[in-house]
Amino acid sequence: MGKGAGQYGARGLYRDHAIVLRLHKLGEADRIITVLTKRHGKIRAVAKGVRKTSSRFGARLEPFSHIDVQLYLGRSLDVVSQVETLTHFGKNIMSDYAGYTAASVIAETAERLVDEEREPALRLYLLTVGALRSIAAGEHDPPLILDAYLLRAMATAGWEPALQACAVCGRDGAHRAFSVASGGCVCTGCRPPGSATPAPETLELMSALLHGSWNYADASVEKIRREASGLIAAHLQWHLERGLRSLPFVERP
Amino acid sequence: MYEGAVQDLIDELGLLPGIGPKSAQRIAFHVLGADSADVTRLAQTLQRVKEQVRFCRICFNVASEELCRVCRDARRNESVICVVEEPKDVIAIEKTREFRGKYHVLGGAINPLDGVGPDNLRIRELMQRLAEGTVTELIIATDPNTEGEATATYLALLVKPMGLTVSRLASGLPVGGDLEFADEVTLGRAFEGRRTLDV
Repeated sequence: MGKGAGQYGARGLYRDHAIVLRLHKLGEADRIITVLTKRHGKIRAVAKGVRKTSSRFGARLEPFSHIDVQLYLGRSLDVVSQVETLTHFGKNIMSDYAGYTAASVIAETAERLVDEEREPALRLYLLTVGALRSIAAGEHDPPLILDAYLLRAMATAGWEPALQACAVCGRDGAHRAFSVASGGCVCTGCRPPGSATPAPETLELMSALLHGSWNYADASVEKIRREASGLIAAHLQWHLERGLRSLPFVERP
Repeated sequence: MYEGAVQDLIDELGLLPGIGPKSAQRIAFHVLGADSADVTRLAQTLQRVKEQVRFCRICFNVASEELCRVCRDARRNESVICVVEEPKDVIAIEKTREFRGKYHVLGGAINPLDGVGPDNLRIRELMQRLAEGTVTELIIATDPNTEGEATATYLALLVKPMGLTVSRLASGLPVGGDLEFADEVTLGRAFEGRRTLDV
């Protein structure tokens, strides 16, 4: 969607709900913010003077903040003109180190999954808000919320791993082998060399996380969670074609 | 494009933080028009800062000797350590004249998005200092942003078993400001950290 689309006001002003994904320092006191918005997709914008203590909205533009933001179209980057907080998820997230590391991976994944700026990504936006809200509320273990997010985010991108039917021939059944390159579980006939053979409970946990069966997921043991996390991370990074920088820092019990 | 040395200088200046191509050009022509003695002094100062300035062996603040000025000062309280992100934070706190303890410069804050984890900071060195047993209080003065707060949480968890007093700098309303203009995050923090008035 180009900048010339008629959805912007007379002075190029537009307003949207957004999640702050990342901040970069710019010059003396400015920042470049990357946000995932509800209607305009991923936007990179300049927030002027926000690093000064006198800034009126610097505190609202922290990572993981859910905001109502007004921007105006700039020549290369848009400029933030007003910000209101909808929910400050960061407050609870930064006081829980495991939650902070998981939320960082969520932010990086959301940023990487949207290639083009201004390409609407409503499902990913809602998923990201939901995951950060869940971490902030301490509903489940942060690494479990992260794995559920990664599986569902891949599903929105069209890379949902096959967990029931064989990823190659489509034959139904509880297959034991998992091949990242093939796209998930594979039957004995299609199994390529080098496929992993995870515990059946690991694949059940992945399926539970994908479909929101939290009672099953919460009751899972650490060994199974770690194996599932490894497969999910490998599957995601295979499709992204580049590793996630924040993933090695995820704090697990 | 200018020729030879002038363009080289503009390119080098353009690599500095906050200097764009226009500013680099302005500074380059200022240097070109300046006295030879002034330019030589600038060049020597730049060379000297790289050759002579190093990091303090104990706290990792910038120093011209093996130990920084604060670590050399025997009058400073050794039982309190203030943890900061960067050497410039030491200067900011020293200006307040409120703190008489020692410092520890981490070299940044934990930021997984930029690939900075606990092992990339001087946390191991801090733990070694605390293990010596002279320190009784740790003041965590990392920046009041998401990365700084998460680093403070991580340090507090790490230090908790040692039984030290761990405190965090208060955050709230800036002196001289109007309450109505404060954002809700800062105002909320000011309420959380309110204190009893002793009159």
